[in-house]
Amino acid sequence: MIRKSRSHITQNEPLLFEMSSPGKKGYQLPELDVPEVDPAAALGAASVRAEIEGFPEVSEVETLRHFTRLSTWNYGIDLGLFPLGSCTMKYNPRINEVVARIDGLAWAHPYQPESLSQGAMEIIAELEASLVEILGMDAVTLQPAAGAHGEYTGIMLIRAYLESLGNPRRVVLVPDSAHGTNPATAVIAGYEVRNITSNEQGMVDLGALENSLDDTVAALMVTNPNTLGVFDENIAKVCALMHSKGAQVYMDGANMNALVGLSRPGDFGIDVLHANLHKTFSTPHGGGGPGAGAVGVRSHLEPFLPHPRLRKNAAGAWTWDYDRPRSIGRVKAFYGNFGVLVRALAYILAHGSAGLRNATLDALLNANYIRKLLEPHYQIAYPAPSMHECVFSDSRQAAKGVRTGDIAKRLIDYGFHPYTVSFPLIVHGAMMIEPTETEPKQELDLFCDALISIAQEIETDPQLVLTAPHLTRTSRVDEVAAARKPVVRWQRP
Amino acid sequence: MLDVCGLRSLEDLYAHLPAETKLDRPLALPRGKSEYEILDYFKCRAAENASDYASFLGAGIYAHYRPVLCDVVASRGEFLTSYTPYQAEIAQGTLTTIFEFQTMVCQLTGMEVANASMYCGSTAVPEAALMAMRITGRERVLVARSVHPEYREVLDTSARNGRWHAATFGYDETSGRIDVAGLESMLNAGTACVIVQSPNFFGVVEQIKEAAELAHKHGALLVMVFTEAVSLGLLEPPREADIVAGELQSFAITPSYGGPFAGILATREKFIRQIPGRLVGLTKDAAGNRAFCLTLSTREQHIRREKATSNICTNQALIALMATVFMSVYGKAGLRELAGQNLAKAHYLAGGSEQKFDAPFFNEFTVECRGRSPEAVNAALLEKKVIGGLPLGRFYPELSNCMLLCATEMSRRADMDLVREALQA
Repeated sequence: MIRKSRSHITQNEPLLFEMSSPGKKGYQLPELDVPEVDPAAALGAASVRAEIEGFPEVSEVETLRHFTRLSTWNYGIDLGLFPLGSCTMKYNPRINEVVARIDGLAWAHPYQPESLSQGAMEIIAELEASLVEILGMDAVTLQPAAGAHGEYTGIMLIRAYLESLGNPRRVVLVPDSAHGTNPATAVIAGYEVRNITSNEQGMVDLGALENSLDDTVAALMVTNPNTLGVFDENIAKVCALMHSKGAQVYMDGANMNALVGLSRPGDFGIDVLHANLHKTFSTPHGGGGPGAGAVGVRSHLEPFLPHPRLRKNAAGAWTWDYDRPRSIGRVKAFYGNFGVLVRALAYILAHGSAGLRNATLDALLNANYIRKLLEPHYQIAYPAPSMHECVFSDSRQAAKGVRTGDIAKRLIDYGFHPYTVSFPLIVHGAMMIEPTETEPKQELDLFCDALISIAQEIETDPQLVLTAPHLTRTSRVDEVAAARKPVVRWQRP
Repeated sequence: MLDVCGLRSLEDLYAHLPAETKLDRPLALPRGKSEYEILDYFKCRAAENASDYASFLGAGIYAHYRPVLCDVVASRGEFLTSYTPYQAEIAQGTLTTIFEFQTMVCQLTGMEVANASMYCGSTAVPEAALMAMRITGRERVLVARSVHPEYREVLDTSARNGRWHAATFGYDETSGRIDVAGLESMLNAGTACVIVQSPNFFGVVEQIKEAAELAHKHGALLVMVFTEAVSLGLLEPPREADIVAGELQSFAITPSYGGPFAGILATREKFIRQIPGRLVGLTKDAAGNRAFCLTLSTREQHIRREKATSNICTNQALIALMATVFMSVYGKAGLRELAGQNLAKAHYLAGGSEQKFDAPFFNEFTVECRGRSPEAVNAALLEKKVIGGLPLGRFYPELSNCMLLCATEMSRRADMDLVREALQA
């Protein structure tokens, strides 16, 4: 039975371009207090464009209604559980939005004098120090703009370090359970990718690793807990093995939400990792960004971090240090996604030491609770204990011709965003569920009821699931047609 | 819940972790703070930054007025707390706004395809270079010295690590535009693309058509970069370029000490399969209604892994949404009027000062300081609560007597008069 949702009216809405008509406008500029300048005279007639063909012409209320109506076609954490595995869709506290908009922070220009930027620099320093403690690393850079950008930075750091020892090596090892960004990153950072298979528990196979390991290997990119939500119990051995061959270990910190306050990557041998501030530290995903990818390193990699770095000058004030001759250089203009950093620091301040650890424990509890309730109905992919997420396979349902993607779509009718579908790739028909710590038990129960109910529907009426969703304003979308002849902008018919 | 899990305590949840991986002490962080204390902490930090200063800094980040609707829309939880729209049936809001964003970026730039946004302008530049290398099969990139110096640094970092080459060519000392002869002497059959910014870092409007013809003559692509999107309200779009890489911070995004912003990447239809990042495409749902979804994802890392066009995963959807609302509020007439005000203010600000370059500028320009250094001019202005221009010696040693000044529609005449006086003193 569907308990969480029922259908309601939504508004139809054309595109902005379709509702435009000449002369409508939604702005008012102040009266110009300086002499007007003729564009053709100032810029040269050939440099001045005609009107922007097709650009919107709508009133203010139309703009507001347009975007408000569109917003009602979306699902967000504010509406309920968002169980995307390895994406850590947790509640986004609104105080973080408020503080990021304080004028002195929001309007700070990166080139304003350092003497007038001390507050912004202190925030960056405070967040770096907090993450150093949480990750157990020796230094953190906040310059990378996102998780994949952090990975890229991390692999470049490894290259620079190995180069300083005389040989950058050629190969990066990537487990078959890794996020797609890992191998893609290794390639753009100039490495060849060698895939290594996981063992029957879904962990790095020490034997396979040892076989793949030679003096061409620069690094292993590992995710821990891995994308099965399983803590790799051999991780310290894996790191030691890599180090014994002169190679480095990169950790994808997408799953740090399972570890904060319980276990620190720096303590178990990781050389460099990124943490997604938009996952573990609750900054909003915003429909796909902005994010921030903090990168933590052990001390041997610190000299290579992107410049500039913060340091205190003789007078005790913060200053940006550009004199970093061994730095890999810049990975982004300015100092990182500062507005995201403000939100992440607000999250850490709100939780404090005990709060962060409690959040992790609650995340673990919620994932294990879901696993327990669903295990009788869905096939758990690997028997190893779950950390903050659990991964099922659709193998039982597939026997009836219903796959993970279909179950996901039916879940929408029950009022939930789907779990992560068909990932990790090593699980056939994967259903990857991460509830996070911020979900109340009532919401978890509704979610499990929904999946159990769907499992029963598959037994009695698989067609109902195969054609889902039924209650959304948009029924199943034809992605194949979109890719066949891509139309990626509106044109006047 | 513990009972259901068959556990006695929360600690049992991670009892299986090997001892050497467990943290055996509390994190050395303070106790948790209340909402009020957090607000107070950040207000105190904000007070340590500049407040109540007039500023004439631009150099890639511009202070433009933000219509209130931008925050009203971006604060709606359905946008703010949603995810990358993989599940199209419950993400039509985000998908539709991205489709509108892509369309408006095309209309602004004269291109045929735009992606759903990049991290920022600076990271869009190496992505454009990589794209040009995939298209041409060549591995050398030529970048103008008048491209934002920090963007060039990001490009250099990528080139060094990706084992390809990025070389710079100079600018004309009189006009401030690219040195065409210098560029021509460096172009050859190995050049994948030429990267030019307009208005360039000195504020000067480049002649994109000329640069494009030169690049094309040698089989290379032209990548046009912009940092000041408002300029496209007035300036001829770079139709002759093959790839446009730019920064949309000017469209409703606060300077925020350097980020988060949103970059754009736009190109011609024929290169659509080489563009990195998310793309939203038009389709239908099962009932035949118009719908949108992410498309051509076989270019992307989550499908192609090591064979992907890029490792980019995130776009800047929420920032792009704010920019979309901004473009909707100003619209066709407003963006032009806004650009016109920027042009007028900057030309008023420039009045009477010694221009380093003689080519046209939009809302930023390079001034040669006579008699005293740019730093001394700025120090005098700071006493009047005015943040002056950016001294250029930091990036261009040969321009150590120059500063880059910017005016926008937010610049007040009285403050501009203070700058004009200081430059003439």
